[in-house]
Amino acid sequence: MKTKLFLSAAIGIAISTPGFAADKMMNGMKLSDNQVFTYRLLDDLQSLDPHISTDVNGAEVFRDIFEGLVNDDPQGGQIPGSAESWTVSDDKLTYTFTLRDTKWSNGDPVTAQDFVFAWRRLSNPEIASEYAWYMELMSVVNAKAVIAGEKPLEDLGVKALDSKTFQVKLETPLPYFVSMLTHASTFPVPQKVVEKLGADWIKPGNLVGNGAYVLTEYEPGEKVVRERNPLYWNNYSTIIEKTVGLIINDENIALTRYLAGDVDKTLVPSGQYPRLEAERPDETHSNPRSCSYVYWMNMSEKGPEALKDVRVRKALAYSLDRRVVTENILQGGQYESFNFTHQATANFTKPVLEWANWTQAERDTKAKALLAEAGYGPDNPLKLTISYNTDEAHKKIAIAASQFWKQKLGADIQLSNNEWKVHLTNMRNQDYDLARYAWCGDYNEASTYLDLLTSSSTFNAAKFASDEYDRLLAESKTQADPAENYTKAAQILADVMPIVPIYQYTSAIMVKDDVMGWPFDNLMQNWYSRDMYRVEK
Amino acid sequence: MQIDAHKMQSLAETMVEHEVKGRSPWADARKRFRHNKAAMTSLVVLILVAAFALFGGLFAQYPNDEIDFTIIGQVAEIGGPSIANGHYLGVDELGRDMYARIVQGTQISLMVGVVGAVIAVFAGTLYGATAGFIGGWVDDIMMRVVDILMAIPYMFVIILLLTMFGRSIALLFLGIGLLSWLEMARIVRGQTLSLKNREFIEAARATGVSSYRIIVRHIVPNLLGVVIVYASLLVPEMILIESFISFLGLGVQEPLTSWGALINEGAGTMQYGTLWQLVCPLFFFVVTLFALFFVGDGLRDALDPKDY
Amino acid sequence: MFNFILKRIAVAIPTLVILIVMSFLLMYAAPGGPFTTERALPQVIIDNLNAKYGLDQPLYKQIWTYLINVTVHFDFGPSYAFKDRSVNEIIAKGFPITLKYGLISFIVAVVFGVSLGIAAAIRQNTWLDYLAVGFSIGAQVLPNFVMAPILVLVFSLWLGWFPGGGWEGGDIAHLVLPVVALSTSFMASIARLTRSSMLEVLNANHIRTARAKGLPTKDIILKHALKPTMLPVISYLGPTFVTMITGSVVIDIFFSTGGIGLFFVNAAFNRDYPVMMGITILLGSLKILFNLVVDILYAWIDPKIRY
Repeated sequence: MKTKLFLSAAIGIAISTPGFAADKMMNGMKLSDNQVFTYRLLDDLQSLDPHISTDVNGAEVFRDIFEGLVNDDPQGGQIPGSAESWTVSDDKLTYTFTLRDTKWSNGDPVTAQDFVFAWRRLSNPEIASEYAWYMELMSVVNAKAVIAGEKPLEDLGVKALDSKTFQVKLETPLPYFVSMLTHASTFPVPQKVVEKLGADWIKPGNLVGNGAYVLTEYEPGEKVVRERNPLYWNNYSTIIEKTVGLIINDENIALTRYLAGDVDKTLVPSGQYPRLEAERPDETHSNPRSCSYVYWMNMSEKGPEALKDVRVRKALAYSLDRRVVTENILQGGQYESFNFTHQATANFTKPVLEWANWTQAERDTKAKALLAEAGYGPDNPLKLTISYNTDEAHKKIAIAASQFWKQKLGADIQLSNNEWKVHLTNMRNQDYDLARYAWCGDYNEASTYLDLLTSSSTFNAAKFASDEYDRLLAESKTQADPAENYTKAAQILADVMPIVPIYQYTSAIMVKDDVMGWPFDNLMQNWYSRDMYRVEK
Repeated sequence: MQIDAHKMQSLAETMVEHEVKGRSPWADARKRFRHNKAAMTSLVVLILVAAFALFGGLFAQYPNDEIDFTIIGQVAEIGGPSIANGHYLGVDELGRDMYARIVQGTQISLMVGVVGAVIAVFAGTLYGATAGFIGGWVDDIMMRVVDILMAIPYMFVIILLLTMFGRSIALLFLGIGLLSWLEMARIVRGQTLSLKNREFIEAARATGVSSYRIIVRHIVPNLLGVVIVYASLLVPEMILIESFISFLGLGVQEPLTSWGALINEGAGTMQYGTLWQLVCPLFFFVVTLFALFFVGDGLRDALDPKDY
Repeated sequence: MFNFILKRIAVAIPTLVILIVMSFLLMYAAPGGPFTTERALPQVIIDNLNAKYGLDQPLYKQIWTYLINVTVHFDFGPSYAFKDRSVNEIIAKGFPITLKYGLISFIVAVVFGVSLGIAAAIRQNTWLDYLAVGFSIGAQVLPNFVMAPILVLVFSLWLGWFPGGGWEGGDIAHLVLPVVALSTSFMASIARLTRSSMLEVLNANHIRTARAKGLPTKDIILKHALKPTMLPVISYLGPTFVTMITGSVVIDIFFSTGGIGLFFVNAAFNRDYPVMMGITILLGSLKILFNLVVDILYAWIDPKIRY
């Protein structure tokens, strides 16, 4: 029995304890009297229920109004949240969390039963949560059977040993289990309130949380407001009094309103980073973000004949000029991608890929040779369609890709633009040739990417199937250090090339220069209002 | 709909009056139209725009879908209008030649306008004339159907169609055309009804002239004035609707484009130092719509003159 | 008159039923279901969802249930995309907002449009007339998705006079830009319409007689010319109001007002059928209602018209 007592909890408090009341100073800077933080939301929230919502916008709100067992620190490491400490059994299958003495915003104590209730609720087939699979991903005992309705909820491997001790049993050891706990779908919900009010518990006035903030106003299509929760266990360290999310659909209008001072944080519209960076260097930031942009190539029976040939797939992958995409179209410091998994992912070593080190001219030459070998040329041009979902940046990249393949390979490329749901349906039914896709990691570990391409994965739109690949990933689940398997798996992807890797994301954002504490270094870009503060400028 | 139904009604009545009195309104109308300076100038402008759509491509230095890799990424700095590099109207965000894209966008927008108006006018005339000529309970049912269709928020139906069945020009034509013939059908029906019962038609019938001849000889020519005026006023409507559809991202498929799509793209980036991307397509759009409005109004005033 | 109204209502009811059935069939025929999610859901969950929303029933039953729910209980069902809210709640929240800025824009458009049109007609062929005509056509052809960002840029960023978006319960400051963006093009068409109608009336015989008798122009306009001038304008207003609500899509996108327009567009993109149908039916009813009001107004102003 190993015990990890988290000293960092104490350190965390030491860092973030501002002596706020005393001198209103923080890290040598005078705190502003205005402690309201306003940011831009792209879209309305799907739901205020952390077990129902699936969008990033919602997760930002949930991290403020709820608190899971652990939180991300500004660098992306995990620090205790609702749990004060935890222990792992020797076989790494049992995690025991000791909860802090904390309260819900209605004054009730947060108990281990609330966690048990929440995790069962997420897995409940009647709730039909889209993120129920997350329980399965965490390999909680019986999660799969419970979600499928084959076993009762009580069989899920979670237990409240007493009101302050929460225990989770896993089916296989999962080295990154704790890092998965910052995801909003694992957050607790107040059992008493939910049971009493049913689906109405998230209606205005009913919502009860355990986070540093409480939701005080929600105007659909307009804004989401949360304010300091005085009952939060670490309320003393909270500096931002109020966080306002304004829903602004259009990215250019959002930027205008940022410049007008209406919002303190917004995304940099694609292509505008260099200009804004030159004009406002203190406010414009670009940092790695755990997402990867690719084109699926349909290798299935329903796909075009050409894409069944690995030489054609390689020719397409080689001849797409990633530098134009990152430096001329997106211009936000994105990384050229030769490999699906984001390069900044923790504990991941990229395979050494020969073609990644060639010049683009060399790649083009090779691509032409491969395509000629495969039997395509001027008299038998490659005919393919790129499908993408409606979005300005996707459109630009698809147009550029079609031009590369047209000019370099003489291919005849059509474009097809669809709504997201239609696009998804087409991908799932293999009704496409090449389809745009981007994946954002759920947690900071390579398997969140690589698992997508196993032969049983429902995401695997290419219908790529490799026994060796499946074996490597299955094996990685129980390895103490799976890094080597991940690298090997990534190598297989490069050899078979079921996808065209295009670029890896950065988060290019504008943040007002008096707002401090934004977690730029967190690859997952998980931010918490309570880590932030405004200073006098 | 921005078309003045009242004036259309008045025009229809005037046309019936002419028919009854056995006069041809066309000779006078031609003269009046020629004296309408605004309408004549607009007609010239329209011919120029059409010529631009048809032959403008001959002067383009680049295809409309080709990315200029020497410019992409520095559009704001070096992508502006320039005679030297052959991008007469600059390039778009991706370094594609604006001139070539505007030529192609003009083709699509004019086509949407004309085809949409033609569908509407054909459907409306046919429907209205049939209902009016047959009369009785058939007429009743047909007009109730028009009433019902008029209650449908048509823009929403177009959005539904395009999101559900994927975007295509054909669907766009169908959606726009099929939902704008209703007013036309009403006017044509009214006019057919009032002609049908006139003495001279009854006299023609009594002397054994066939229904077919009556329709061809008296009713169709009489409808022509209303149809032409209505169609000319519908064209700008159609172009405006298409631009709204493009704004929602439901317009034509890349690399094809339209005025609406170009303007929308230009409007998005107007504060980023690439104003020509908005101004150039907007210029063509505004000028053409202005001209279409003046020609439509001029035609109507020429056929249905008022003493002022 | 009473009979006429009854007749109109009698037509309205089957119209609504047909509208409901038609939109239902359209949704039913569409590819890509509401539960198409990025991660394929297990069949059991899809079955659960279908059962929950009654999608496992045969088509005629679904239509019947929906029809009864809508007409008898005024219940448009749950939203598939916004899972906390029913369609009724979404409409109850968004529609008053749309209605508020829509009505204000409507009033602004009518008042300024009619005044401008009358002024231009009285001062025919003066600079005022030319200016009014030029403005009318210009405003009609400038798409409001171009105008809206320009307004935000100029009045919010450069001048700082008005907030660039938000609703805040609909106070004056937040209303100005949306109302300007929405009303301008309608104001322009109303001005054009009024002008030509007024000119026609002013040239009619009885007005000429009144003028010849030396009655003051103000009296002639107010007592004799205004009523007949308004006839074509009024017939234009019915459909216009609904077209204006359609235009609210642009307003909601650019000004984050939280109105119904954005919900409709998002619902279409998300295949949130109940929301789409709810809003379509709502607007259809509104269109019928407004046409009815206009017909009654028309009959009231011009007693010669009998239906």
